Amino acid sequence: MTAKTKTAEQVAGIGVEQYKYGFVTDIETEKAPRGLNEDTIRFISAKKNEPEWMLEWRLDAYRRWLTLEEPTWAKVHYPRIDFQDLYYYSAPKKKGDGPQSLDDVDPELLDTYKKLGIPLREQEILAGVENPTMAVDAVFDSVSVVTTFKENLSRAGVIFCPISEALQSHPELVRKYLGTVVPVTDNFYATLNAAVFSDGSFVYIPEGVHCPMELSTYFRINEQNTGQFERTLIIADKGAYVSYLEGCTAPQRDENQLHAAVVELIVHDDAEIKYSTVQNWYPGDKDGKGGIYNFVTKRADCRGRNSKVSWTQVETGSAITWKYPSCVLRGDNSQGEFYSIAISNGHQQVDSGTKMIHLGKNTKSRIISKGISAGVSSSTYRGLVSAHRKASGARNYTQCDSLLIGDKCSAHTVPYMETRNMSATFEHEATTSKISDDQLFYCRQRGLNEEEAVALIVNGFCKDVLQHLPMEFAVEAQKLVGISLEGSVG
Amino acid sequence: MKSLMKIENLHAEVGGKEILKGINLNIAPGQVHAIMGPNGSGKSTLSNVLAGRDDYVVTKGSVSFMGENLLEMAPEERAAAGIFLAFQYPLEIPGVATMTFLKTAINAQRKTRGEDELSTPAFMRFVREKSALLGVKDEMLKRPLNVGFSGGEKKRNEILQMALLEPAFCILDETDSGLDIDALKVVSEGVNALRDKERSMLVITHYQRLLDYIVPDFVHVLSNGRVVRSGGKDLALELEKSGYAEYGADAA
Ligand SMILES: Nc1ncnc2c1ncn2[C@@H]1O[C@H](COP(=O)(O)OP(=O)(O)OP(=O)(O)O)[C@@H](O)[C@H]1O
Ligand SMILES: [Mg+2]
Repeated sequence: MTAKTKTAEQVAGIGVEQYKYGFVTDIETEKAPRGLNEDTIRFISAKKNEPEWMLEWRLDAYRRWLTLEEPTWAKVHYPRIDFQDLYYYSAPKKKGDGPQSLDDVDPELLDTYKKLGIPLREQEILAGVENPTMAVDAVFDSVSVVTTFKENLSRAGVIFCPISEALQSHPELVRKYLGTVVPVTDNFYATLNAAVFSDGSFVYIPEGVHCPMELSTYFRINEQNTGQFERTLIIADKGAYVSYLEGCTAPQRDENQLHAAVVELIVHDDAEIKYSTVQNWYPGDKDGKGGIYNFVTKRADCRGRNSKVSWTQVETGSAITWKYPSCVLRGDNSQGEFYSIAISNGHQQVDSGTKMIHLGKNTKSRIISKGISAGVSSSTYRGLVSAHRKASGARNYTQCDSLLIGDKCSAHTVPYMETRNMSATFEHEATTSKISDDQLFYCRQRGLNEEEAVALIVNGFCKDVLQHLPMEFAVEAQKLVGISLEGSVG
Repeated sequence: MKSLMKIENLHAEVGGKEILKGINLNIAPGQVHAIMGPNGSGKSTLSNVLAGRDDYVVTKGSVSFMGENLLEMAPEERAAAGIFLAFQYPLEIPGVATMTFLKTAINAQRKTRGEDELSTPAFMRFVREKSALLGVKDEMLKRPLNVGFSGGEKKRNEILQMALLEPAFCILDETDSGLDIDALKVVSEGVNALRDKERSMLVITHYQRLLDYIVPDFVHVLSNGRVVRSGGKDLALELEKSGYAEYGADAA
């Protein structure tokens, strides 16, 4: 057996088993009855004490969803999901009503986040650092349990809270923007989300404000047979800037769990949103049992002139990933960027990519996608770049690189390009490579073991993307790349 | 005689074909042995076998290194124990800065030996010192390992790694090929600076010229997987004149 096949086997064997976040939190929950019908939606809406228009919006989405078919065009295979067999709402039991202070939060929950490396007690965070650089919204199953540093942020005029809370405190803002980027009927999962979404983060950065901290939401699915449908809405008003991070994990369970999120970003004139994701949902075991089905719709609307969005994602988890963070470049001179690392190992299936829709003049987009496949996994980059009639001077650069480890995995690149404007220039480059026996031996001769060698080579391969992550995240992501592929690091 | 590495009746196959057919070599601490021989005679195969490449299968014989059975050790364990191979064709690792690679390698070896990691400032000082000696520029250390390096730059980089890792046993596989005359001198000086009472070297080359700079204690001729002749440094001069014709009879 060659070094490469041996390594590939070891990598395939260990990777998915090394999932560090697989523990379950034992906590009393309150759930909606199993299954999905109008009553489920009324239940969720009532739980959140939502305004009437919100309930109507949900019900409308639900009725439309009933007429939609589950999409099958992605290169992923899974048994039909029985949408009546799921719970659509699950929340840790609360002591009382109303917004919670940290003291009201079950210590079990705080410990859960601590175990995940996300301290939520502000005193604890402040004990460690002089100037906290990050505020966290912690979402557990269907609800946000706590949001840190809200006060510090509100002094700068920044609103950062659970979307359910925003519906109470700033209903006019939510109503103005919700569903304006991802319309209710956008696609099967987005429509489902519109009907049943339970929580997620809401961010509003007022005109001219450079958000003083990184904002971050940490999603955790805990409950069995429960779908997580979160909805995130971020608005950067004129000249505003925010860097937002999203992290996710879930316990190790034999059943598959459904996660269907919607993220909408709205960027006004001269504003910028930097959105980073480290997705590490439970990927399933080495035989492909269990794991999260991750069907996500993420889209940014660069409405304003000179607006800018950059999506950076590190996708290492989930049994199935179906995700295409996109940019609608509506404002003249607006810019969209997509930097992605997608690692698939074991039996994971990834179908991910982006859409860059050039509508305005002199709009620019840049796509760098790095796919790494090991085990018997499959990874597909699917991208669309289009320029509409008015998009004169539109430019896109796309680079898709795939790295294969072993010979049982596969990588595919499906780029679509459409242009209706003669002056648009699109460039596309794609490469596929393998980690060679020679490279591995060279590293081992210098003293690295096989796992360290693979991690080093893969991190080198991902470098162009890693450098776009915020500093602390990049270090985490680098480690995660190592762990997902071989379990030796950390 | 005290021995650092002892190779006895070593047979090895690659891709099901026997390449090494009974090699015997005994190398004492501090000695430099040169190996010469026609193309395809098994010189690189020997270096790969000593470094522990997986697809090179030892079918017979033994190698002891510092009294241990070398053949039982994984490549990275051999590296940590002090075996270093300067590759005939150094590999490229895109996206990994040479500096990062050097640090990772040094610390991996230190970890295996149960030593503390080198601090970043200490490492930087060490690299600066050694790279100045070998004429390796800072700019090159920032570039991804060997990517786009010229043939000569790659070889220089191999010797820089050797200088940093301070191995007990250095194998130089045609380090001179691809070096211009000035570079040959610089690299040879770098190698000679590493010569001491304890450190041994196996220098594989086709050309006497290298041995003018790195003067060997012994020269061996490898032909068709066997050492067919051994002698002092003068043997290299003789080979330069007469070639390998008289050893060709053995060729398959
Ligand atoms: N994977 C392989 N499968 C079959 N034969 C191989 C393989 N690798 C090497 N060989 C053969 O082994 C023999 C010895 O090769 P080796 O590279 O050791 O020669 P060398 O003495 O280093 O030659 P050179 O002076 O050209 O570098 C050659 O005939 C080569 O073709
Ligand atoms: Mg050779």
